[in-house]
Amino acid sequence: MTAAVATAMRSATMPAEPASAPATPAHAQDAPAARRRIGDVILDVRNISLSFGGVKALTDISFDVREHEIRAIIGPNGAGKSSMLNCINGVYAPQQGSITFRGRTFKHMNSRQVAEMGIARTFQNLALFKGMSVLDNIMTGRNLKMKSNLFLQALRWGPAEREEIEHREFVERIIDFLEIQAWRKTPVGRLPYGLQKRVDLGRALAMEPQVLLLDEPMAGMNLEEKQDMCRFILDVNDEFGTTIVLIEHDMGVVMDISDRVVVLDYGKKIGDGTPDEVRNNEDVIRAYLGTSH
Amino acid sequence: MQTTFPRLLLEHARRRPDAPALREKEYGIWQTCTWAQLEQLVRELACGLADAGLRRGQHLVIIGENRPRLYATMLAAQALGAVPVPLYQDAVAAEFVFPINNAEVAFAVAEDQEQVDKLLEIRPQCPQLGRIWYDDPRGLRNYAEPGLASLDALIESGRRRHEREPGFFDAEVEQGQPDDVAAMFFTSGTTGHPKGVVHTHRALLDRAQAGAKFDRLTEREEVLAYLPPAWIGQNCFSFAQWLACGYVVNCPESASTVTIDMKEIGPTYYFAPPRIFEGLLTSVMIRMEDAGRFKRWLFHTFMKVARRVGPARMAGQPLSVADQLLYALGDVLIYGPLRNNLGMSRIRVAYTAGEAIGPDLFTFYRSIGINLKQLYGSTETAVFVCLQPDHEVKADTVGVPIEGVEIKLDDNGEILIRSPGLLKEYYKNPQATAEIKTADGWYRSGDAGFIDASGHLKIIDRAKDVGRLRGGAHDGAMFAPKYIENKLKFFPHIKEAVAFGDGREKVCAFINIDFEAVGNWAERRNLPYAGYTDLAGKPEVYELIRECVEQVNADLCADEKLAGCQISRFLILHKELDADDGELTRTRKVRRGYIAEKYQVLVDALYAGRTSQYIETQVRFEDGRTGIVSADLRIADAKTFPPMRRAA
Repeated sequence: MTAAVATAMRSATMPAEPASAPATPAHAQDAPAARRRIGDVILDVRNISLSFGGVKALTDISFDVREHEIRAIIGPNGAGKSSMLNCINGVYAPQQGSITFRGRTFKHMNSRQVAEMGIARTFQNLALFKGMSVLDNIMTGRNLKMKSNLFLQALRWGPAEREEIEHREFVERIIDFLEIQAWRKTPVGRLPYGLQKRVDLGRALAMEPQVLLLDEPMAGMNLEEKQDMCRFILDVNDEFGTTIVLIEHDMGVVMDISDRVVVLDYGKKIGDGTPDEVRNNEDVIRAYLGTSH
Repeated sequence: MQTTFPRLLLEHARRRPDAPALREKEYGIWQTCTWAQLEQLVRELACGLADAGLRRGQHLVIIGENRPRLYATMLAAQALGAVPVPLYQDAVAAEFVFPINNAEVAFAVAEDQEQVDKLLEIRPQCPQLGRIWYDDPRGLRNYAEPGLASLDALIESGRRRHEREPGFFDAEVEQGQPDDVAAMFFTSGTTGHPKGVVHTHRALLDRAQAGAKFDRLTEREEVLAYLPPAWIGQNCFSFAQWLACGYVVNCPESASTVTIDMKEIGPTYYFAPPRIFEGLLTSVMIRMEDAGRFKRWLFHTFMKVARRVGPARMAGQPLSVADQLLYALGDVLIYGPLRNNLGMSRIRVAYTAGEAIGPDLFTFYRSIGINLKQLYGSTETAVFVCLQPDHEVKADTVGVPIEGVEIKLDDNGEILIRSPGLLKEYYKNPQATAEIKTADGWYRSGDAGFIDASGHLKIIDRAKDVGRLRGGAHDGAMFAPKYIENKLKFFPHIKEAVAFGDGREKVCAFINIDFEAVGNWAERRNLPYAGYTDLAGKPEVYELIRECVEQVNADLCADEKLAGCQISRFLILHKELDADDGELTRTRKVRRGYIAEKYQVLVDALYAGRTSQYIETQVRFEDGRTGIVSADLRIADAKTFPPMRRAA
């Protein structure tokens, strides 16, 4: 017994191996690009022009998105950000230009095609089923992955049951990831706005997308909700390696989390580059702050 | 009793290998870990920790919520004769520095990224902290810190060690003795550094078993572990008593799902501080207000029945047939569904402790058939000192000393305790140990109280706050400010109260009204008011508060020892006491001395017998600006009662 105590005393004063030199914590957050391997161009937008009658929404826009990066599209109100997203998403058909996704070039795409290719999106003004639970809303994101026929699904029988269990498991992982376990069975309409946004993101994630389009994910949120959302966006990008294209108003947020930023103004591209480059771009400053002559 | 926690684990695993030991809700499904599985997990963790260099007598820090693998880690450390030190998961990083350096901790197990980040942040100040393991790998995959690894990796290395050396674990457990140190808990410490309370296996187990015997706990209990594991109360309920009784501990999915998980599990043995019971009651009341008129009527009607019949029923007294029928009907219509909604349908024993609980709140739960009781204890006493027996429950006492406990009162009313569950020492702090432990084994609790006629302990205040009245009719009577203030604060219309009387001939009080409750009350009476100061000065409000004060006086006079504490004069303050103005602590405790100094004119006016007093006060707004609030405060008298003589 005394021997054991003596050993304990001795080892208590000597820190156990491995020798721990006081390390400066190299916080992962400091260098987002360093921890993810940003790959090749996955989505290439070339010379897109879109007009509604005489109104030119987008004029000759080109930019690319690389695999695993967070790419932001910013610009003042009416700059054409949502129109751009809608072109990628297949909601609008641009009059000119092409979109290349994973080497396949499209003049324009239809929404279902886009979804099947692995591009998911969230909506600026939420398009959730208000009367359905959080769980069911996210489950709808699995729709494209369900193979069994409607009849079997209705009876929840045989392969349909197995399939449902499989999908439910996936959805539960998303619920866990987004930390919304407490509201699993709550109708979405009863949730505060910030949480609804999270559910919207969850539904998009349920598609297991390669590219995630986020339309103003932080709009209408308070500071705390914004910080939460930022963390989730970074986590999605980090955990699943999902490429993210996001539109945002809030310059501060965008500059913090994006790898590269495209700036639109009156339907034209006025800047493209890393947050630092964009921040120092004269045209961008003019578009945001106006010029005083 | 000659056993240790790891030995108990082995015994459970041998005797009932397939019985559930722990459950955790993960991905929406309750996952069960049996005693046999737990034993294997602990075995592998222990071997892994030994491989990493954890030795007998060393400390291991554990930081996180209630997670099965963290509980297993505690057992694993104990199996090696090392000492687990759970720390509060909601503390900021800087608060970890002292405990980690104090106990020369080189090993830590953290729940997730949040906790790992905190540990990494303080690593430069704690250079000896060589190894950190985490339970949940999310977000941590790309951390390249030396000595940082997942718990999975630790388990894997333990598995290999166990294959190499199969007898190692059992031999280590065999070496552990009941008088070895089992765990160390850091007390929050309002002044200076926190103190490490050192407990042996014997002390913790003895108290756990005494408590279990008192309430006849069995291996069939279900417990929900949702309070911080670093707090000794949670540790008793979900660790010491868990191993002593062998019941099931359930870990909720996350902190925000506790109410849902509670409904699903239906615990039979439950513990919560008063504020949780209060929160639950408030949510019930709010939802009832939203209900339809008929339901509301039904609820209020039967709650009236419950208030009248419930307490007597819980006390095991005979009821009239009509009352029995009425209560049974209420049980079907209201109480049963309500208990079910609260997740309390199956509760056999529920405890509250930590602070005084309001009699209305306490009675509410008891009247709807929940066996809510109070207990008294602290970190230093391994919790169980006094418990309320079934059928002998009062709102203002904390029960009778249980098996093994001796209680006596010091000259100044301080409660002294002798029990097998007393702490071994404060870690590396013989001076502090000597201050609270007398040579003949008594522990100074720092609480003042007395044993009432039925043998129940009654806590009145912190001993250092208790004073004496001087002069006047009650010369030398005990003055317990917090006891009086609590009694006042139990009224919904009173938010804060400050009582004065130490060294004076009578007791006077400042009252802070609850703006929301009193404002509501005024609106219902069509009483117009301009703002807080105006409302506080209304004669009608003074009348309202006077009734409360006199009610408190009536209560106090029933108590021989405290009859002198009746409040003879009071005033309602013109502003809310605020932490920003230094009048409250950040945890919302009144700073009596500071207030007395700041409002000296008011205190003088109270004792000089004046009927009003003008005062100007500087206030600090939330944005840091300051302003002046002035008012002419009325001072009111309250009726006091002659002390009641208890019939002999």
